[in-house]
Amino acid sequence: MVAAWVVVVVSLAYLGLLFGIAHHGDKRAAAGRSLISSGVVYALSLAVYATSWTYYGSVGRAATRGMEFLTIYLGPACAMACSAVVLQKIIRVSKRYRITSLSDFAAARYGNSRVLGGLVALVAVVGTVPYIALQLKAVSSTFRLVSGGEVSAAGVPPYADTALYVALVLALFSILFGTGHLDATERHEGMVAAIAFESVVKLVAFLAAGLYVTFGLFGGFGDLFDRAAASPALADATDIGEYGNWFWLIVLSAFAVLLLPRQFQIGVVENVDERHVRTAAWLFPLYLLVINIFVLPIALAGVLLLGPTVSPDTYVLALQQSSALALLVFIGGLSAATGMVIVETIALSTMVSNSLVVPLLLRRAEVAARGDLGRLVLRIRRVTILVVLLLGFGFFRISGDALGLVDMGLVSFAAVAQFAPALLGGLWWKGATRNGALAGLVAGIALWAYTLLLPELAKSGWVPGSVVRDGPFGIALLRPQELFGLTGAGAVGNGVFWSLLVNVVLFVGVSLAGRQTPAEAGHAALFVDIDRRTPGPGTRFYRGSVPVARLRDLLARFVGAEAAAALVTEHATRRGAPLPDDAQADPELVRQVETALTGAVGPAAARALVASVADEEPLGMAEVIELVGEAQHLRELDRLKDEFIATVTHELRTPLTSIRAFTEILRDNPDLPAAERARYLEIMATETERLTRMVNQVLDLARLESGNAEWRVTDVALGPLIDEAATATAQLFTDGRVALDVDVPAGTTVVEADRDGVVQVLLNLLSNAVKVSPPAGGRVRITLRTDDRVARIDVADDGPGVPATERELIFDRFRQGGAGGTGGTGLGLAISRRIVEQFGGTLEVSDCGGNGRGATFSVGLPVSAKSAHAGAKRR
Amino acid sequence: MARILICDDEPNIVVSLEFLMRRQGHEVRAVGDGDAALAAVTEFAPDLVLLDLMLPGRDGYEVCQTLRADGHHMKILMLTAKGREAEIAKGLAVGADAYLTKPFGTQDLVARVQRLLGAGT
Repeated sequence: MVAAWVVVVVSLAYLGLLFGIAHHGDKRAAAGRSLISSGVVYALSLAVYATSWTYYGSVGRAATRGMEFLTIYLGPACAMACSAVVLQKIIRVSKRYRITSLSDFAAARYGNSRVLGGLVALVAVVGTVPYIALQLKAVSSTFRLVSGGEVSAAGVPPYADTALYVALVLALFSILFGTGHLDATERHEGMVAAIAFESVVKLVAFLAAGLYVTFGLFGGFGDLFDRAAASPALADATDIGEYGNWFWLIVLSAFAVLLLPRQFQIGVVENVDERHVRTAAWLFPLYLLVINIFVLPIALAGVLLLGPTVSPDTYVLALQQSSALALLVFIGGLSAATGMVIVETIALSTMVSNSLVVPLLLRRAEVAARGDLGRLVLRIRRVTILVVLLLGFGFFRISGDALGLVDMGLVSFAAVAQFAPALLGGLWWKGATRNGALAGLVAGIALWAYTLLLPELAKSGWVPGSVVRDGPFGIALLRPQELFGLTGAGAVGNGVFWSLLVNVVLFVGVSLAGRQTPAEAGHAALFVDIDRRTPGPGTRFYRGSVPVARLRDLLARFVGAEAAAALVTEHATRRGAPLPDDAQADPELVRQVETALTGAVGPAAARALVASVADEEPLGMAEVIELVGEAQHLRELDRLKDEFIATVTHELRTPLTSIRAFTEILRDNPDLPAAERARYLEIMATETERLTRMVNQVLDLARLESGNAEWRVTDVALGPLIDEAATATAQLFTDGRVALDVDVPAGTTVVEADRDGVVQVLLNLLSNAVKVSPPAGGRVRITLRTDDRVARIDVADDGPGVPATERELIFDRFRQGGAGGTGGTGLGLAISRRIVEQFGGTLEVSDCGGNGRGATFSVGLPVSAKSAHAGAKRR
Repeated sequence: MARILICDDEPNIVVSLEFLMRRQGHEVRAVGDGDAALAAVTEFAPDLVLLDLMLPGRDGYEVCQTLRADGHHMKILMLTAKGREAEIAKGLAVGADAYLTKPFGTQDLVARVQRLLGAGT
């Protein structure tokens, strides 16, 4: 046919062209002029679905089993046309939370479950390696066929097998264009451009082959079908086979087009614009239709002209009589195989590194302490690509000719279909739990291995054939391909039915029987309610403390110092306040860093990394309420809102009661003595003031909680502020006959904060202190202490103190410490803490120390560089 | 002319209640929490208790329940800023004779007290 060296040169030229296109695509992307931002390119790249299985295997399938090959395209065509909404939701979720692989998606949905992510990655590898092996086998056998050799690889030593070199070149391609950089979005424009190009090449080549066969070897469709109808060998070529099989194959391939690692990579991770899905919804099915037009004609022609001595999987190529056309068809097949291999290995490398290797490595202290983890992650991915390709090559060499293109492909499909309940179910059903997903997946995969993988292994002779034929230990009921006596669905149908049935039942059953942790419930709501939520602040799954610098350094180890610094600066700008290195990172910053890390290493590892630098506390009541708030339609939230409003109105009614009563008393009793009258008017004035204060505080709190408070952050010297607060509360202290000691050192302590905000906090703490102090003889002390990082203002009273169990509760809204003092709204401490947190500070309460009585409220604020402090001095 | 015990932890509200009751000619005693109320009942033997619900320590429900359990039959008028159906029902269930929501109208309060005193004993 064609000289081997010509085939090699042309193949290398073709692969060289792919490198060129990918390089150009990356350059254009870097210049901001994307080559792939179009619905057409998106649809074409999705056609990576059509592998050498389609290219060669469909014809083989059609020649042996009639029309059944169509199922593999009907499923995806339906799925894409009908369920664009599914794909769009997956894309939206993934983009919002920077999810870059199937395993990350699973992990993130179920509360950053490392186990689930790892399992999904493992199943993907196990299910996909044979599929990669298929592609290499197709390249290997068609290379020998087109260059006039034997189809079987049996006589060829591995090192002389073309497939090995193709595998190595593809590894190089995937490494260059798939792991060039560690990016938060993990998009690879050059690679996508090359894949779209490959889709065009394989379509053109296959159409050329079909046209030649139909119109060159025969006189058109009519002639070909007439002769086929007359041939006894083709009596049932247009038979549609077993109905059971049809149904299950359509279901299977509909899942596969969403859940195969390469489809997720192209369809979700590499998606530039969600709107492109709409173009793909019609263009992708159209592509599948066109590439299938000539499948049946080629299959019929193959049976008529070549007969059963030639493997039907090679009819496409074997029918070509001109060497130029044969070469074109070979290149088409090469493009189908390489496209699949490239995308699949890149997708698997992300999964393996994010969900298997990195989480394990980070457990080891010496790795976690390394400076440049980004490079390590990239190296892991590159090694993964090479290993996966070599595994695929090894699998193909060992399994040899027993590996049927379509059968092995279907086994892979059935493996990834096991993800469907957990991933797709979890996208709409909030009640789905991690344990449900795990139980379903584990059981589904076990049944998959038994009913589908085992028979394939038996074909290769690795397992005794009797196990499949007669069932293990001769128990017919346990025959893998007719489990529990199920017949009529076909071998694949049987396996898919049992594995998916048990998977779904366990997924739903275990989910319903168990309970979600707060984190799980939060994540569920984030996924399911993606369209009801607007991005941005508000989400706080975090309660802990970490200085800004540590968080930034952590991020820098993965994305580089510049990008990390940029993220922090941008956050500071948006916040309208500078973020000194030692300031406590606010929850929003922590969330942003975690999201950025998720893009680099996946959600489970990102969570673990953030937890490793932050001293995190377990989720408390406040966070749980916030989590609950995430699920807006939960009744729980309404109940909490009701409670809040009921409490507010209750608090407002108290002063209102006095005001109303005395107003009516004054109205109804015009003859009151002047002194009594004055006393009542005084009460009314006081209560009106109290009411005003409450209303203001409710508004303050609402502003603080919605993030709409306006602060003018400047350098503020704390000493004068303390004096100001002391002066303002002097009357209170005099009235309550409580003494106030002010202890401020001589130097200047400067913090970056809003002046009025700090004064408000101090006033609140001082007036609280007066209230709880024993009247007559009480003593309150306000102290300022500074080290080079934190300025601490302590307000110590000698009241009854705050029991340890209530120390966090008193910062909740409407929680008044101990016996309800008069005049308090219960909002003061909640507001004060939120104000202090705005400036990166803390507000805590502790024992007075020593005498066992009294409480000390401590405000900690990060010190600005402008402070100049001398030794403490009493005043 | 009756003996009225006022139990509320808001001093200014107590002042207004004292005024209103005294003006009707009643003898008045005021306390600020549940325990004090129970103690005062024994020595003061009121004909009617004006009982706030939100009290430090024992709340109004508890006080009311304890009084009834101890066999006291004086009238109890509950006063509270919580005015939801469920709370009114609960108040009456533990033995209160009537229920008034804060902020109350003074004439309404006086009329209620008179009616309760007239109906009893």
